[in-house]
Amino acid sequence: MSTSRSYDIVIIGSGAGGGTVAQELAPLVRDGVRILVLEKGPRFADQEFTGRELEMADALYQDGGAFLTRDGTMTLAFASAYGGSTVVYTGTSLTAPQRVIRAWGVPGLEHADLTRRSAKYAEQNNVHALDDPLINDNNRLFVEGGRKAGYLVEQFPVNVKGCRGSSLCNLGCPNQAKQGTNRVQLPRAERAGVEVVTRAEVLRIEPDRTLTVRVSQKAAGTKGAPSEWAPGDYAVRARIVVAAAGAIGTSALLLRSPLPAPRSLGHGFTCHPALILVAEHPRPITNDVGHPKSYFVDHGASERFVLETCMYFPFVTAKSLTGFGATHSAIMHALPRLQMILILACDHVASGNRIAVSRTGSPIVHYRFTPETIDGLVRGTRAAARIFFAAGARRVHAPADPPLLEIADADRLEERVTASSFRPGMLAVSAAHLMGGCGMGRTAADSVTDAWGRVHGLPWLRVADASLFPDSLEINPYLTIMGLADRVAEGVRRDLAVVRD
Amino acid sequence: MTLSSPVFRAVATCVVPEASRFDAAQWDEMAAIVARAIAARPRAMQRQLALFLILLEWFPLVRYGRRLSRLDPARRTKFLDRLQRSPLLLLRRGFWGVRTLVLMGYYGRPAAAAEIGYRADARGWEARR
Repeated sequence: MSTSRSYDIVIIGSGAGGGTVAQELAPLVRDGVRILVLEKGPRFADQEFTGRELEMADALYQDGGAFLTRDGTMTLAFASAYGGSTVVYTGTSLTAPQRVIRAWGVPGLEHADLTRRSAKYAEQNNVHALDDPLINDNNRLFVEGGRKAGYLVEQFPVNVKGCRGSSLCNLGCPNQAKQGTNRVQLPRAERAGVEVVTRAEVLRIEPDRTLTVRVSQKAAGTKGAPSEWAPGDYAVRARIVVAAAGAIGTSALLLRSPLPAPRSLGHGFTCHPALILVAEHPRPITNDVGHPKSYFVDHGASERFVLETCMYFPFVTAKSLTGFGATHSAIMHALPRLQMILILACDHVASGNRIAVSRTGSPIVHYRFTPETIDGLVRGTRAAARIFFAAGARRVHAPADPPLLEIADADRLEERVTASSFRPGMLAVSAAHLMGGCGMGRTAADSVTDAWGRVHGLPWLRVADASLFPDSLEINPYLTIMGLADRVAEGVRRDLAVVRD
Repeated sequence: MTLSSPVFRAVATCVVPEASRFDAAQWDEMAAIVARAIAARPRAMQRQLALFLILLEWFPLVRYGRRLSRLDPARRTKFLDRLQRSPLLLLRRGFWGVRTLVLMGYYGRPAAAAEIGYRADARGWEARR
């Protein structure tokens, strides 16, 4: 027996998309509009962000950060928490490149409009370039090496306020410095009267706009507050539903709902497959203190890769290195001298790469690396090695045979780093920028939604997250998600006004 | 097949040679981390892992006439290296999964972080002054 509730607008998910929509629609509460946000993950107290690797990964990430693609060759990282993945990103905030939005070719979506909206959230979330004294050696060496090697190195604008340099961004900021939706948009929405219910998973959406919601009990000894609602099943009626559960969550939810959704639902999944590379310097450097991701090199358009500075934790670093045994251990013991670079391949929509659901409704991600994506990783690895050596590293650990590249190898990287060492199943490839599945477009024949996130044929159902992307964004996606969510909120306000008139 | 079985320890000491110096309490700590991770995975994956560990133990019998846990470290390493380069995705992936669990069990221990000089602290720069 389920409990019934009724709202005007229900938003599913509280990350960059859901949090933004909640804030933008919040003023409607004053006019008597009832708005509910349903978040699958829990609400964490500030002191629960301990920075301990396995403990925080288990608490924050789906499958502890080890959600595997169907063939088991890549892990996908996405969070489940009040604030969604904005709790665990590094706060890097870039505006969508004009060439990418043009290439998407979505009728009614203009780059200038998206840029204007993204700028609003950049300001709200205190996005700025970090001051020089806060930059650590790991980042400084990337800048020096990158410039010496002839690359255009750019600084990431980040959304932090009072960053103390814990370097623990991906485990949730222990100092509440990162301005994700959990710190900015959701608290504003709640203050304005939007109701947020955590530990509330939407199992399906019925054609009559009833949501089947399961509220879970907080298990003993686990982190996070209990749900705002009593544990159990609920039937929640809504006039408008906004799905913002992330590329995988939203696509899977719509796939397991008995709705007449467009045929391309779940298709067009892309994700920036990423590799972590390390290099050993002769002396200790500051790497596990300071903001980890301050600079990048964007070769997305020309060579299908982006390089970013990064610093990960012991287990993630260990599993990311190629091989095992004494060589692997020696590199791990050199951690205080390690420089790290993250290589992101700019993959594109490929036939067969899609989100599906199992018989029980769980998400399944089918993903195969295309030769072009592997080529992006290979080229990115060579570029990263050039930067490492130019920065003074004495050896680089990379997918190669053998995996240690010495200074003498610097002039023959084309020969040492080849696609033969990048076979799926031999490398720890992971992705955090999960995109597509509910792509925008013209009609139900070529897409799932229109340029305002309205699902074709179901005008009461909107999508407001990265599943809207019809192809790879080729950069970190959060500001773009917020810009698109801002458009979704505007569309909801407009349609609601028409209904009320 | 359990995490305290000879085959798991044989793989673990090959993947992280330092684990061969572990005492019983350290093995227990590592096994507890891995067991927790496995328990959170779907049943089907748990069964696949158990099966793969059995295969790992008996496969070398064909080539070396001994089970993996009875091989000397050099041959064990050679065998595992072959697996990680196997033309069969299933074998590469299986080895990758076991390797990942070993690394999680080893480097997930707070003592290992200290051993390798990882010093991240919530107080950030302030903690280094």
